[in-house]
Amino acid sequence: MKKIRIGAATGFYGDSIIPAIPSITDGNIDYLCFDALAELTMAILQKDRQKNPEWGYTKDIGPFMETLLPLCVEKKVKILTNAGGINPLGAKKVVDEIIKRLNLDLKVAVVYGDDMMSNLEELKQNNLLVNMQSKESFKHNDYELLFANAYLGAKPLVEALQQGADIVISGRTIDAAQFAAPMIYEFGWEWDDWDRLAKGMTIGHLMECSGQAVGGNFSGDWRSIDLINIGFPIAEVDELGEAIITKAPGTGGLVSRDTLKEQLLYEVHDPYNYILPDVVVNIADTCLEDIGENQVRVYGSTGKPATDTYKALIGYADGYMAEAIFGYSWPDALEKAKSASEILIAHMERDKLLYEDIDISYIGYNSMHRSVINEPDPDLNEVFLRLAIKVRKRSDGTRLSRIVSPLGLSGPPFLAGMLGRGRATQLLGICPILIPKELVEKQVKVEM
Amino acid sequence: MKVLLKELVQVRCGDKGNDSDVNIFASNERIYAYLKEELTEEKVKAFYGDLVKGDVIRYEVPNVLAFKFHLKEALGGGGSSSLRIDGLGKTMGAVILRMEVDIDEGLLKNDKKDSLYIGQSNSIS
Repeated sequence: MKKIRIGAATGFYGDSIIPAIPSITDGNIDYLCFDALAELTMAILQKDRQKNPEWGYTKDIGPFMETLLPLCVEKKVKILTNAGGINPLGAKKVVDEIIKRLNLDLKVAVVYGDDMMSNLEELKQNNLLVNMQSKESFKHNDYELLFANAYLGAKPLVEALQQGADIVISGRTIDAAQFAAPMIYEFGWEWDDWDRLAKGMTIGHLMECSGQAVGGNFSGDWRSIDLINIGFPIAEVDELGEAIITKAPGTGGLVSRDTLKEQLLYEVHDPYNYILPDVVVNIADTCLEDIGENQVRVYGSTGKPATDTYKALIGYADGYMAEAIFGYSWPDALEKAKSASEILIAHMERDKLLYEDIDISYIGYNSMHRSVINEPDPDLNEVFLRLAIKVRKRSDGTRLSRIVSPLGLSGPPFLAGMLGRGRATQLLGICPILIPKELVEKQVKVEM
Repeated sequence: MKVLLKELVQVRCGDKGNDSDVNIFASNERIYAYLKEELTEEKVKAFYGDLVKGDVIRYEVPNVLAFKFHLKEALGGGGSSSLRIDGLGKTMGAVILRMEVDIDEGLLKNDKKDSLYIGQSNSIS
């Protein structure tokens, strides 16, 4: 039976490529696939593009390719990634330049057309600017829009492979599709073979978060896992869509039923109906079986027909967060931090620094879990106050810093660690919508 | 005997917009059966208190002895617009580990790891 081996590289923009290198050199893989995009990433890339119209892709794609391409050429490994972000053509340009400089012979395909920014009026006329969760209509003229992208599936990626691409760079294609596309291409799966598509997407879902499937964020016995030398997952998939998940020999991390099951359900809301562009996956049917050291058999996922819409995200500017963080020492650290927050609130009122929302918490005590933490104040050695306000203007952050700074001489005793006085960061509103597939597909292009 | 949930389960959590997604994995079938009665939607929602503003939906995933909790409106607006220090809900799974449950000591003593368990996934209640 025909089999292919697929390795995972990064799981987000900012992840390391290093744990994927042993998969190429010693893992006998045919494909290396990586995910680079998240909701937040799209906003970061949009800010880049505002600075320079040539940008808008994940900027580490250049250095990554410099490292990977000589190895991938030697081992005949093809690459798929959605690192193109909101400028896949720009990303292709960067990669083509590197290929030329390294004097390699590789074909780069680019997939684009997921960008819906120029279609907003058309979407509005079709009454499609409706938040799919709240069902409220989205008044796009009220906001500064930062991006609008549909989540594409595996189809254009498979098309790129059929055209002979060695490297496929796309914009907002879903994470799991990077991994499923090589399976669909190599095994010739049909687009209505729902069970196999579901199996492929399940394997992709297990792989798409890199280290998180192989011991990263593991809530079991994490102490026993070598995270220093973690190796990213490898899937050996057969034409029926069954897989063995493993990793390169000699790497750290752990592949087991216990590490993989945590990833299986990660960020899937209804596990009986996990809606992806190409198929609706019943991921609850999946079975995970330990079959050897760092070897887990994955099988059993089933699928249902795909829906007739793509999900798209519209990102818009939604004011700023201004943040102050500073610490107090024992004795009575928590009490002092609470007293400091009262002073700040009084002085914001005095100076008419208006805010739409406020969030106060105590780092070292309850900043993650708030009122769930109701133990009597343990005699904490130190506590940091974190106060965040939602404001309309970036300059309101400067106003907050003028209110925070005087606490250095005119507040409770033993303050240290002034980590933030009023640093302002832009907040991003997100509106998820559904768009009929034909409206998107008519503009999706695959170019070599 | 009373134990913290931390002694019985694995947890992995994530986000989608303003919703949090908390998955709880029992270490064997007997504990899974016990938690099925114990970890009700109502009890979990009450435990999260004002961290979770919306509904809590539970799914059972017997193949991996898991309960998936979808916590709606749980992240103060969601990762990109939340004022919370954990706007992505990366630690929402840790909250529930503090829950104290009253469990038969016999269930803990015989704590063999689960073998592969083929459940009937269509028997969702």
